[in-house]
Amino acid sequence: MSTDSIALTAAQDGPRPWSAAVHSWITTVDHKRIGILYIVLSLIFLVIGGIEATIMRIQLIVPHNHFVSPQFFNQMFTMHGTTMIFFVAMPILFGFGNYLIPLMIGARDMAFPRVNAWSFWLTAFGGILLYFSFIGGYGLYGAGAAPDVGWFAYAPLTAPAFSVGHSTDFWTLGLLISGIGSIGAAVNFVATILSMRCPGMTLGKMPLLVWLNLVMGSMVLFVISPLTAAQIMLAIDRFLGGHFFDTQAGGSAVLWMHFFWIFGHPEVYVLVIPAFAFISEIVPVFSRKPIFGYPIMVAATVGIGFVSFGVWAHHMFTVGMNSYANSFFALTTMVVGVPTGIKIFNWIGTMWGGKLRFKTPLLFCIAFLFQFLIAGLTGIMLACTPFNWQLSGSYFVVAHFHYVIVGAILFALFGAFYYWFPKMSGRMYNEVLGKLHFWLFVIGFHLTFDFMHIPGLLGMPRRIYTYEPGRGWETWNLISTVGTIFQGIAVLIFVWNLARSCFAGKIAGNDPWDAWTLEWSTSSPPPEYNFAQIPVVSSRRPLWDLKHPEDPDLDV
Amino acid sequence: MYRDDVLMIGYSPQSELPLRRSFAPLARWTLFPKEFGKRFLLAIPLLVWPVLVLASDPPAIPNIFRPESTPADEIHTISHFTLMITGLIFAVVFSLLVYVIFRFRHSPSSDDVEPPQVYGSNQIELAWTVIPVLIVLVLFLATARVIHSVQNPPRPAATLDVTAIGHQYWWEFRYPALGVVTANELHIPVSDASSPSPTFLKLLSADTDHSFWVPLLAGKTDLIPNRLNTMWMDPHKTGLYVGQCAQYCGTQHAKMLLRVYVDSREQFNAWVAAQKQAAPSNDAVAAGRKIFERTACVNCHAVAGTIADGRFGPDLTHLMSRDTIASGAAPNDHENLRLWIRNPDAIKPGSLMPAMNLNDGDLDALVAYLESLR
Amino acid sequence: MSSASLTPSTLESQWRLPSRGHVGMLCLIAAESAIFIIFVVAYIFYIGKSISGPTPKEVLEIPIFATVCLLSSSITIHLALSSIRREKLGAFRLWWFATFVLGAIFLVETGMEWKRLIVERGLTIQTNLFGTTYYSLVGLHASHVTVGLILLFTVAVFAFLGKVRSEHEPRLDVLAYYWHFVDAVWVIVFTVVYIVGR
Repeated sequence: MSTDSIALTAAQDGPRPWSAAVHSWITTVDHKRIGILYIVLSLIFLVIGGIEATIMRIQLIVPHNHFVSPQFFNQMFTMHGTTMIFFVAMPILFGFGNYLIPLMIGARDMAFPRVNAWSFWLTAFGGILLYFSFIGGYGLYGAGAAPDVGWFAYAPLTAPAFSVGHSTDFWTLGLLISGIGSIGAAVNFVATILSMRCPGMTLGKMPLLVWLNLVMGSMVLFVISPLTAAQIMLAIDRFLGGHFFDTQAGGSAVLWMHFFWIFGHPEVYVLVIPAFAFISEIVPVFSRKPIFGYPIMVAATVGIGFVSFGVWAHHMFTVGMNSYANSFFALTTMVVGVPTGIKIFNWIGTMWGGKLRFKTPLLFCIAFLFQFLIAGLTGIMLACTPFNWQLSGSYFVVAHFHYVIVGAILFALFGAFYYWFPKMSGRMYNEVLGKLHFWLFVIGFHLTFDFMHIPGLLGMPRRIYTYEPGRGWETWNLISTVGTIFQGIAVLIFVWNLARSCFAGKIAGNDPWDAWTLEWSTSSPPPEYNFAQIPVVSSRRPLWDLKHPEDPDLDV
Repeated sequence: MYRDDVLMIGYSPQSELPLRRSFAPLARWTLFPKEFGKRFLLAIPLLVWPVLVLASDPPAIPNIFRPESTPADEIHTISHFTLMITGLIFAVVFSLLVYVIFRFRHSPSSDDVEPPQVYGSNQIELAWTVIPVLIVLVLFLATARVIHSVQNPPRPAATLDVTAIGHQYWWEFRYPALGVVTANELHIPVSDASSPSPTFLKLLSADTDHSFWVPLLAGKTDLIPNRLNTMWMDPHKTGLYVGQCAQYCGTQHAKMLLRVYVDSREQFNAWVAAQKQAAPSNDAVAAGRKIFERTACVNCHAVAGTIADGRFGPDLTHLMSRDTIASGAAPNDHENLRLWIRNPDAIKPGSLMPAMNLNDGDLDALVAYLESLR
Repeated sequence: MSSASLTPSTLESQWRLPSRGHVGMLCLIAAESAIFIIFVVAYIFYIGKSISGPTPKEVLEIPIFATVCLLSSSITIHLALSSIRREKLGAFRLWWFATFVLGAIFLVETGMEWKRLIVERGLTIQTNLFGTTYYSLVGLHASHVTVGLILLFTVAVFAFLGKVRSEHEPRLDVLAYYWHFVDAVWVIVFTVVYIVGR
């Protein structure tokens, strides 16, 4: 089924002045444009966060290095973590969701377009406020001090006594504001998916990406709120003299940890579930088979969503909880690995018996599978509480979570970029450059993060601006730093490829991948109204049924 | 960089895949995805080699796989069990993935017919749910046993109690039963399996969160203000064990180092006896002592037997019995001691010790006094 | 272009999905509930842990009148909605305005209670853990009441200008969800602060 693609994107009365174009982007409520705004915002912060990481790796390339001061290094790891989680990962996933969900469910836009735009601008403002701290924050060290309390801002380091000046306030307020934006986006996702599906698309017939974003959106409502509450409490402590986390007045530093990790752990599932969604859409198309075990994939994701709220204190195994609490959280953490592992099997099952076409999107998905497997297994190691007593707070943990966030989530995102770029821009990217980006990034990623596990096993804690020679950490730090060069070059090639292909790529057409979900029935890019006629569907893969009327999808 | 015998690990000479000994072909591999899988087979020795290196480290490297104390031993045992299980899972899933990539790739010569559309299989999905659940059960039970064992240790009569108080950016150690107060370098007796004499640490903090981590002796435990934590260790061998603070506590978290000296019973008793004594009064350094007592030093530091009883900074009564200053940041010698007092930021920028702004003469006298505190 | 075998028109006419306004408001209520739960947990955790200063038993007086007003406002808003469903615009305006007034009385009573605590009893947000957690939790609730009152007042203005009719009932119902949520939170806050915590 194709829509009449009336080219509303073409100019109606001659070329528009650039100011009108900028105005239309700033005031847009179209989900596709807001999606692109989120993605562009994330890419800008990705580059900034990458520079912060590179500065840290250069400082750590040899022991007792003097590339940056300890104060600046501490700001770097705080800003790097905060930026990557809140201003790269969250917005880019909201961006893709925003773009794709209405198209995949046959709707014209999200449920609340104006709230959608407002949520984006709040997120953007929160990021700008956070970065303003570099020039406007007065900290312990004079004018211009970004937050330096670590991305999880443990109390009482964040108390006014130990965090003098405003650097911590920029952290608190910047994230409070962008958190409200995230809740707005999540409300939109849930309301859209529940209330705006086209006729015939029951919950059991939605594409997996839509299901997984429904789970993610529902989770965000309960995930960001504890952080918002804790940050309000921190603000009350810092601005109004409250004592929520004031240990001198009987307050509890551990209470902050509980609140933070009740947010922090489910948050990483909020980040990884949309990555699962990308894999679940791309792997079937490039294997030429439907996803293996759709109902179990949905059930496993919902299960992960619930269980992930019961594991948070595995970040606190060293805090001195009693053995029953430690055992409980070890159990729940291991349990949450079961539905997660099952999904890997389902993806392998999807590829089994298929005809794999190794285009760039699939390459990134395959690397995801290898890397997510390893990340999950190091997670199981960390779930074992006694083992955690050695590994926690060390570079082993840093390697583990970068394996998840870069090795799994970012790889899935790269796959998604290459897969949906033709739809969003109307043009094909350059396949050779895509593969070059892939291989360079794989090499760089593994150089940096494989060997990063080792210093952790040899006793190197995290968040240190330098380290002692003679402890066996030098070689591995050197290798990790070298890997960043490859990753940097790869990302530059990626950006160049996308930017150039926007103008010079081959015209993609509606459906360059021979795929099966509704977004591929529109033009590339889709018109502003998405569908001339709201589609009616009767299976999970409407376009498959149209292309293969002799073998339609059974309602399994 | 890679030894030939290491390259042999991971695949047998009989395998149909040729050994690749140079990296020139690697460039060719980047653009040919059907050799994808081979690249990962080469990755195996790359990952195995570091493990071989790790297994032969001397104890100066705080390797968690070289435990020298019962809590660390127990962690070591369960870590091997966990690694075995995860290694097995990795081998199975990795092989499946490699097989799938090779076996089911689309060859250009085949027709464009879509493969059979398989939607799922209840039996297979049940199997690969049940097996992971069983694995989790086994791993959890083993884990729970070790948790209880480490967290509920016996306290034999010869136990030594030490209170550790974390400060920004140094460690205070008190031996309440022995009347000893020291800083940064912890002396404990070796423990013999036949008549154990473990050390039990009470962990407190004066300011922010810290964490006590000496990998060869025990897992880490945090020092959290307004909270009492405990940990224990019973070192099997004498020697110096290194570690450092493992919870970000501020600017100089990186140089809040730990040195644990495990002494024989005789050495430990001798050390305690020396530490219990007050500072000897020595007229040769009286000038330096006067400077110490008149300037702001006494606001932060204590020297037993004098009027100095500040608690904000380390106790200096037996400063020269320590090998390092500034919590391990520099060796304890004349130049460093002098530099530390003149300009702490040169050694540990951001530490809470202020520069004392003394003229050279006063500084020399003061250092001479401090060097008399043995 | 046709899809497989269903007639589009029959399927579309049978296709009913929940209203997006209601789903959106329920999502917002879910998120806000999570925020309140964290404040309640902090309150409960810190009961009895203040190291100085006035205790709840010494200074708190149970706000019966304010509570009755606020909970009655849930009844009046319900009556307002049933009025407008039956196109009884006069009754609607009456009950809606009563809701607003009852909510405003609650807020004023809370303000007076706070004045008494601060001026006469010396309990501020800085005094001790009880002070911090009390003003934060009750204040968070009061801020939600304030937002609700602003929304209620806006609708009241439109109602008195004659612009609100029965076809607007679904949107008013969404607002009523929010107002009922605010009342339900008060039940919990009241129980935790004035009954359990004293």
